[in-house]
Amino acid sequence: MTNIKGRFGIHGGQYIPETLMNAVIELEEAYNFYKNDVAFNQELTQLFNEYAGRPSRLYFAKKMTQDLGGAKVYLKREDLNHTGAHKINNVLGQALLAKKMGKTRLIAETGAGQHGVATATAAALMGLDCVVFMGEEDTIRQALNVYRMRLLGAQVIAVKSGTATLKDAVSEAMREWTSRISDTHYCLGSVMGPHPFPTIVRDFQAVISKEIKEQMLEKEGKLPDAVIACVGGGSNAIGSFYHFIEDKDVALIGCEAAGRGIDTLETAATIATGKLGIFHGMKSYFCQDNDGQIAPVYSISAGLDYPGIGPEHAYLHDIKRAQYVAISDDEAVDAFEYLAKTEGIIPAIESAHAIAYALKIAPNMKKEQTIVITLSGRGDKDCAAIARFRGEDLHE
Amino acid sequence: MSRISKAFKSGKAFIAFITCGDPDLETTYQAVLEAIDNGADLIELGIPFSDPTAEGPVIQAASLRALKAGVTTDKIFDLVVRLRQKTDVPLVFMTYANKVFSYGAQCFIETCKRIGIDGLILPDLPFEEKEEFLPLCQKYHIDLISLIAPTSANRIAMIAKEASGFIYIVSSLGVTGIRNEIKTDLKAIIDVVRQNTQIPCAIGFGISTPQQACDMSKLADGVIVGSAIVKILEQYGKDAPVHVGSYVKQMKLAML
Repeated sequence: MTNIKGRFGIHGGQYIPETLMNAVIELEEAYNFYKNDVAFNQELTQLFNEYAGRPSRLYFAKKMTQDLGGAKVYLKREDLNHTGAHKINNVLGQALLAKKMGKTRLIAETGAGQHGVATATAAALMGLDCVVFMGEEDTIRQALNVYRMRLLGAQVIAVKSGTATLKDAVSEAMREWTSRISDTHYCLGSVMGPHPFPTIVRDFQAVISKEIKEQMLEKEGKLPDAVIACVGGGSNAIGSFYHFIEDKDVALIGCEAAGRGIDTLETAATIATGKLGIFHGMKSYFCQDNDGQIAPVYSISAGLDYPGIGPEHAYLHDIKRAQYVAISDDEAVDAFEYLAKTEGIIPAIESAHAIAYALKIAPNMKKEQTIVITLSGRGDKDCAAIARFRGEDLHE
Repeated sequence: MSRISKAFKSGKAFIAFITCGDPDLETTYQAVLEAIDNGADLIELGIPFSDPTAEGPVIQAASLRALKAGVTTDKIFDLVVRLRQKTDVPLVFMTYANKVFSYGAQCFIETCKRIGIDGLILPDLPFEEKEEFLPLCQKYHIDLISLIAPTSANRIAMIAKEASGFIYIVSSLGVTGIRNEIKTDLKAIIDVVRQNTQIPCAIGFGISTPQQACDMSKLADGVIVGSAIVKILEQYGKDAPVHVGSYVKQMKLAML
């Protein structure tokens, strides 16, 4: 689906300062070599299996299925991965690649902190230095993850510029990369940014849909009717969709964060409210005002609180291969609590956006139909914030 | 001959960058005219963007101040109309790709031509993506300025061969902002540029002192100063234009 220069339809590209061009070209060349290298792939598979705990379980949510009374619901348990989210898949791949390229230092942005923790983890494992940029607002929302990163040996820099959230962390990581390139790899956490990042990150996350397909065929003897995942930049979603893109009967549904509603300014639903633009190295859809200024987006979920969406999602939206829906804070929090009480699984508030949409559609589907929801991360990190949302004065 | 070409014909060019609308557009107007009266040969007008990924803290802060004060692309176009009534010095816009794209590239670039803008600098539009706006820039005779960085290496010749207006040589790694020392081997870069094009090159990023301006003007055809001027606007606000003027005069003298 990628053509030259990393385009997905009209989306993607390499809209970055000249200073970084040779760095992304070098990365692309290294990736094109190692992605077909047997030893590299063996090493990565071993890390996936022995270190991250793959393959992740595809769990039949029996109580949820009974309660909803419609389609059979399966949960793809990325929350059970080491570090508690799908982020580790991409990070192990990129860290290994960086090491092969002779880099000694990883930098990363993080929103909820999951990608930062994963990067700090891989850096510790592989003996690389690590600096994580995190919006100051998010360091407060996700204080525990800040501590985890420090414990793992990473330096965490609280970004105060702009809205002090994920987009500013990305901007600051890009600025840092332009100032120090030779020993540093920018371990981008989602399927966004300049080519080749959207492709590299997708390929490392595609293990999710590869496993779902095998597991569904084993358990049900057929493909699912729908795959649902939450979308910020969109890495767990593209990972969950990728091996089903050619299977036209499988509905692919991405759940964006509507925040306080898509008719308010406090939203992060890019497909619902954004328009075509150029930002953070890519052409895609972005939340922006009429004068082309990037919007200060909002969601209860720090991981979905991003004003753009990966270029491949923008393309899947254009060609109507995937559907993108917006889920509000209220719906996500309800789903967070629902899954905890119904299945004994506390999902990340990001993943709860996907659960919320399944709660809407599963009851209207036939009993012989199946839904797979990617549970991209676990919700321990969110408990204090959700308690506060419900009016309890709880702090970590 | 274009206004940009002319600007490099009488000695080394001093290029001043000013963020439009910081603290307000009237101050920008006065500061630009003061800079020109004191010897600036070309003015870079910054159209503020909410998330300027190539800028250091000084220009980031100026952009946010300007946006908070309500500056828009249309108001900046009006400023240019007023400036063009007073001066023939080349004016180029420096902004980010999304500002042009979201306005509608056709409309933006056509307006540039109509109001007397000479060039466009987009730090997030590298050689590989220039087709996004180049056909329109060529149609309306707006120079799309190419940047060359310390990391450009094997890309220098390719970029230089297709450059127009002038070439913006980025002095150092990193973002815009004042630096005590510029360590890049700029001579080696400029030698390659000169082997591949006749168009002038100017060095920017990190230059603030007369000594640096003097040193850099020996290597290149021009010197670009941004953050140091923006700092003067930050410090003096509405009273800044006269200080911008005296600063430009001092820098220009050092380049003679």
